[in-house]
Amino acid sequence: MTFQFLSPKPSSYTNKVDADGDIDMLLKTERENFETKVVTPGETITHATQYMGGHGTYISPETNQRLSSVAGVVDRVNKLISIRPLHTRYTGEIGDLVIGRITEVSQKRWKVDINSRQDAVLLLSSINLPGGVQRRKTEADELQMRKFFSEGDLLVAEVRETFQDGSFSLHIRSLKYGKLRNGSFVIVPPALVQRCKTHFHTLPCGVNLTLGLNGYIWVSKHTTQTVEELAIYSNENEEIDQENREAIARVCNSISALSRHFMCINDKMIMLAYEASLNFPVKDLLKLDVMEVITSEVSEKMILLKAGMRR
Amino acid sequence: MSSRLELIGPQGLRTDGRRFNELRNMNCKPSVLSQADGSAYIEQGNTKCLAAVYGPREARTKAQVLHNRANINVEISLAPFSMEERKKRSKSDKRILEIASAVKQTFEPIIMTELYARSQIDIYLQILQFDGGTVQICINAATLAIIDAGIPMKDYVCACSAGCIDDEPVLDLNHLEESNTPELTVALLPKNDKITLLQMESRLHIDKFQQVMEMAAKGCKEIHTVLDKAVRENIKDLLKKSSI
Repeated sequence: MTFQFLSPKPSSYTNKVDADGDIDMLLKTERENFETKVVTPGETITHATQYMGGHGTYISPETNQRLSSVAGVVDRVNKLISIRPLHTRYTGEIGDLVIGRITEVSQKRWKVDINSRQDAVLLLSSINLPGGVQRRKTEADELQMRKFFSEGDLLVAEVRETFQDGSFSLHIRSLKYGKLRNGSFVIVPPALVQRCKTHFHTLPCGVNLTLGLNGYIWVSKHTTQTVEELAIYSNENEEIDQENREAIARVCNSISALSRHFMCINDKMIMLAYEASLNFPVKDLLKLDVMEVITSEVSEKMILLKAGMRR
Repeated sequence: MSSRLELIGPQGLRTDGRRFNELRNMNCKPSVLSQADGSAYIEQGNTKCLAAVYGPREARTKAQVLHNRANINVEISLAPFSMEERKKRSKSDKRILEIASAVKQTFEPIIMTELYARSQIDIYLQILQFDGGTVQICINAATLAIIDAGIPMKDYVCACSAGCIDDEPVLDLNHLEESNTPELTVALLPKNDKITLLQMESRLHIDKFQQVMEMAAKGCKEIHTVLDKAVRENIKDLLKKSSI
């Protein structure tokens, strides 16, 4: 007598696997309920109680249903449901690269505006001393804190720690980070800047670009040599010639055009916008009709690029 | 109650040609300002309002810090050209301060301030043109701007006014009507009909109150559908743009 062992019948799970190799355990019909669904405050997201609630959701005390508290798109990771609003302040995660502006110098710390719900803190102990010396910070260092950073200075830093109440602590313990000089500052909505492998770019037009995840962007003169260790905290700008100045201004205005039309901001998009902007003089780039022309050209090119990649 | 003015014509139409239960024409657009975290522009008939929301952000003064929740700050200004006579109004005008505090009290239980301890949310409202219904337009504009700023709140807050002309309840009073008749302003959460603001400054017969109240509540729901449509369109538009 022969037995035949049938392999277990595949259920209606379609086992969609995401980038991290996690298998999606929802039924196909359930999954379709959430795909690109827009919800507004007070709207019921789901009647089912099996889901966990993330940001932007709450449970109605009367009906025990999970409701949305913001207007945005449903983001679902397996059984965790959260709502992602499109316009919102920056909410940090450990390791994020941010650009900030010093707002206050206080006891052993600086307060830094990073477009978040509260100012972040930068402790005196989380900076590198000029000359790269590693030692405990003394009282003498405390007294000359304004020599390192004073109010209004811009800096690029990394999120070191997030606290329960939503505030952050930053650090600049690397030569990549530190005070920003020789450039220009642009603000865009934080949702437009996505996490990438690197946030420091050198554009082909000879401009350095630092994309902060908090929507603050620094466009500066290209320098090949790394900052000499002694000059980390220098406030002096170097000489920038006319050509470089124009390139910086053009990149800045291209970024503003992209952000005005709510398009994603990364080095590729900025370069496309820069190329499209070459037909216009720099000072015209902030005119609404010119922005329209540039962004529509960028979107056309992106669609072509994407189609090319698919082939 | 009979008023000196003829507020309802022989055909049963009001001074601006509406019926008893009609809202004024409503126009709204979120995300009109690029600098603010959230903003909105609303027109209800001839009353026009611009709202800007900043925050949640670091509190400007230490005194404003609340340790368990965010502090909400509302400022209202009337443009000098908003009324018939050109007049500059100071921000400390008692009438304006009163409306500001009403708006603040309306939103305090609705916005989830406990998520943003030690922060501050600033709501700036500017009336660009005035034709009655200041409180309601301020609340509606603030709702739209807060949603645009991505600040979590339990539900929309929609406000609408209603009154009584010649024993007949009427919806959404304009300036001429509100200065001659009792006016009731209601703000409610359209999903579960909870009332967050109820304001009446003149006398209204108790027998009429129920009808007027119900009419205002119906108006709020209509306003909710208009606001909701505007929010959804805005999100879909932004999604489309950012997906390129």
